[in-house]
Amino acid sequence: MSTKMKRVNLGVLVLLPLLLSACAETVPRTKAVYLLVDTSGTYSEEIGKVQAITNYLLGTLDSGDSLGLARIDSGSFTEKDIIAKVTFDPRPSYTNQQKRAFRQKLDRFVTEVSGSPHTDITGGMLQATEWLNETGAGHKFILVFSDLEEDLREGYVRDFGMDLSGIRVVALNVTKLLSDQVDPREYLERLDQWEERVTTGGGSWKVINDLDRADRLFES
Amino acid sequence: LRRAGRVSAGAVHWKEDTSMSDLNELADLLPQSPLGLALLLLFVVVLMYLGRSQAHAVIRALSQIGHNAFRLAADQVVAAQDRLVTRNREVLLEQGREATERMIEREFERVNTVVGRDLGGYPALHRKLSDQIVQIDEDYRQSTESPPQPPEWVRAVEIISGIPSNGDPVVGKILGDIHKALSSAQKDALEEYRKSSHERHRLLQKMLPFWRRLDRTLSRVDGTIRGLDERSQVIDRQMENYEQIRANSDDAVRTLSASTMTVFFSALLVLMIALAGAFINFHLIALPMSEMVGGNSAVGPLKISDVAAMVVISMELAMGLFLMESLRITRLFPVIGAMDDVMRRRLVWISFVILTTLACVESSLAYMRDLLAADREALAQSLAGVEAVRMEFRWIPSIGQMVMGFVLPFALTFVAIPLESFIQSSRTVGGNLLALSMRGFAGGLRVLGGFVDNVGTLLVHLYDFSIIVPLRLELLIQRRREEVPRSSQTTHDHLKHLKA
Repeated sequence: MSTKMKRVNLGVLVLLPLLLSACAETVPRTKAVYLLVDTSGTYSEEIGKVQAITNYLLGTLDSGDSLGLARIDSGSFTEKDIIAKVTFDPRPSYTNQQKRAFRQKLDRFVTEVSGSPHTDITGGMLQATEWLNETGAGHKFILVFSDLEEDLREGYVRDFGMDLSGIRVVALNVTKLLSDQVDPREYLERLDQWEERVTTGGGSWKVINDLDRADRLFES
Repeated sequence: LRRAGRVSAGAVHWKEDTSMSDLNELADLLPQSPLGLALLLLFVVVLMYLGRSQAHAVIRALSQIGHNAFRLAADQVVAAQDRLVTRNREVLLEQGREATERMIEREFERVNTVVGRDLGGYPALHRKLSDQIVQIDEDYRQSTESPPQPPEWVRAVEIISGIPSNGDPVVGKILGDIHKALSSAQKDALEEYRKSSHERHRLLQKMLPFWRRLDRTLSRVDGTIRGLDERSQVIDRQMENYEQIRANSDDAVRTLSASTMTVFFSALLVLMIALAGAFINFHLIALPMSEMVGGNSAVGPLKISDVAAMVVISMELAMGLFLMESLRITRLFPVIGAMDDVMRRRLVWISFVILTTLACVESSLAYMRDLLAADREALAQSLAGVEAVRMEFRWIPSIGQMVMGFVLPFALTFVAIPLESFIQSSRTVGGNLLALSMRGFAGGLRVLGGFVDNVGTLLVHLYDFSIIVPLRLELLIQRRREEVPRSSQTTHDHLKHLKA
C-alpha cells in the first residue's frame, strides 16, 4: 500500500467516528417549555410563584431553546391567551436581550392579571402541544401551574384524548382545594386522572409541589 | 436497555429450556431399571477398556497438537519480537546518529562563526597590535630620562674662577660677573630639565590608554581561544559518541535508550502543560465564538461554536509548527527543511503574520467573552431580584483576558519542540513496550502449551481411572499367568532333581 493511501485511510479512520456520531444524533438538543398559568378563582393568588419559576427558566434556558407563557382561563384553546413566547437567538448577547423583554412581559402580566370564572386546562394543553410541536425542539415540556380542577363553560367539549407524544407534562404547585381537605382522595383522584390522560396521550407525567426543587423540572 | 435486558434474559431462558429438553430426551433414552443402567455402564466400561490404546493415542495426539501449536505460535512471537528489538535498535541508533550529527554540525557552525567573526580579522588585529606596540615603544623611548648636560663653557669658567684675584678690583668684578653668568646658566639648565621631565610624564600618560587597549584586545583574543578550546572538547565528546553509535555498541544503545526515556517523559509533561494551556485557550474563545457561528447548532455531540474554537486553536498550533519548522528549530517536515532560504524566510513571515492575526482575533474574542459574562451576570442578578452592583476594577480581568488571549497562541507555538521530541521518542518507547508485551505474550503461549500437554496426560489418567476395574482384573490375570509358568518350571526342576 502506498504512503498516500495509508494517509487517506488514516484520515478516514479519524473522521469516520465523527461522521457516524454526527449521523446518529438525530434528535435536536434544544428544549421548548410552555408554561400554563391558571388565572381562575383563588389560584390567581399563586401568581407570584409563577414569576419565580419563570425567572428560573429564563436563567436555565439557552440559545435555541423556546419558552412560552400562557394563561388558563375560561377558553384556553386560543393564541390570544399566550402572554409571551420566544425562541432564543443563537447569539448569546441577543438571547439576553430577549430574556429581559420576556421578563418585562411577565411582570406586566402579573400586575394586570384578573381572575377568570372558568378553567379550561385541556384547551390550554392542546394549545401548548400545538406550539411545542411547531418549535421542532428535541425536548418538549408543558408546565402546568394549576390546582388541576377543570371547570368548563357550558357546551365546551374537552373529554377526548390528547396527542402528547414526546411531551413531558409537569404539574407545579398543585394546591389543595377546600373539598380536598374534607376528602383527600379527591385530590389524589384528580392527579391520577390527569396522569392517565397524559400517559394515554403518549406523554410523561410528573408533579412538583415544592418549587424549591425546580432543578428537577427537566429530569426524566 | 430494559427491553434489551428482557430480550437477553428471554434468550437465556430459551437456551436453558432447550438444554433442559435435550437432557430430558437423553434421560428418556436411558434404561429406567437399575439392572439396565448397570448393564449400560458395564457396556461402556468394556467399550472403553477395549478402545483404551486408541483413546490414549487420540488424547496424546490432540494434546501434542495443542502443545505444538502453542509452542509454534510462541516461537513465531519470539521471532517477531527479536525482529522488533533489532528494528528498535536500528531506529534508536539512527535517531541517535542523526541527533549527534546535528549537534556536531551545530558545534562546527558555532566554531565557524567564532573563527569567522573573531579570528577572521586576525591580520587586522595583528596589525593593530603591532601599531600599538610601536606606538608604545616610541613613546617609551621618548620618555627616557636624559640628564641635562652642563654647557661647555662652564669648565672654562670654573678654571678662570680658580685664578686668584690678588685684591685686584677688576679681577673681582670679572669674577663676580662670571658667577652671575654661571648662576643664570644653572637656572636655565634646571628649567630645561623640568620641562623635559614634564614632557616625559606627558608621554607616559599618553601610553596608558594604549596599554589598556592592548590588554583588552589580548583578553578578547584569549576569550575567543578559550571558547574555541571548550567547543573543541564538546566536539571531541560528541565525536566519541558518534563513533560508538557508528560502531553499533551496546553502550551507545543503553545511553540512547535512557536518554530517550528521559526525553519522552519530559516531552509528555510539557505536552500536558500545553494541553492545559490549550484548554484554557478554548474556554476563552468558545463562548464568544457562539456569537459568531451560533450557539445552538451541533456536529454530533459537539456544538458548532466549540468546534470553531477548536479549529482556531488547531490552526494556531499548525502555524506554530510551521513557524518552528521554517526557523529550523524543529524538523518534523523535511519539505520545509529542504526549502531554499528565500522561500523559507517567506514561510516564516507568512506563519508569523497568520499567527499574529489569530492572536488578535483571540484577544478580541476574550474581550467579548468578558462582556458577555458581565451581561449574563447582570441578567442573572436581575432575575434573582438582586440589584445589579457595578464592580470596581472590572477592567483588570478584562485586560488580563485580552492579554492571555494574545499571548497563549504564541506560547502554544513552542509546543512544536516537545511535540517533535515526543514523536521521536515515542517510536522507541512504544517499540520497547511492544517488544516487552510480545515477550510476555510468548511466555503466556509457552505456559499454555505446557498446560495443554499436562491436560493430555491428566485426561489419559482420568480415562484409566474410569476403567480401573477391568485394568485391575487385567493386572491380576497377567500376574497369575506369570506365576503359573514359574510354578510349572519349579515342579519340572524338582522332578529332574529327583530323577537324578
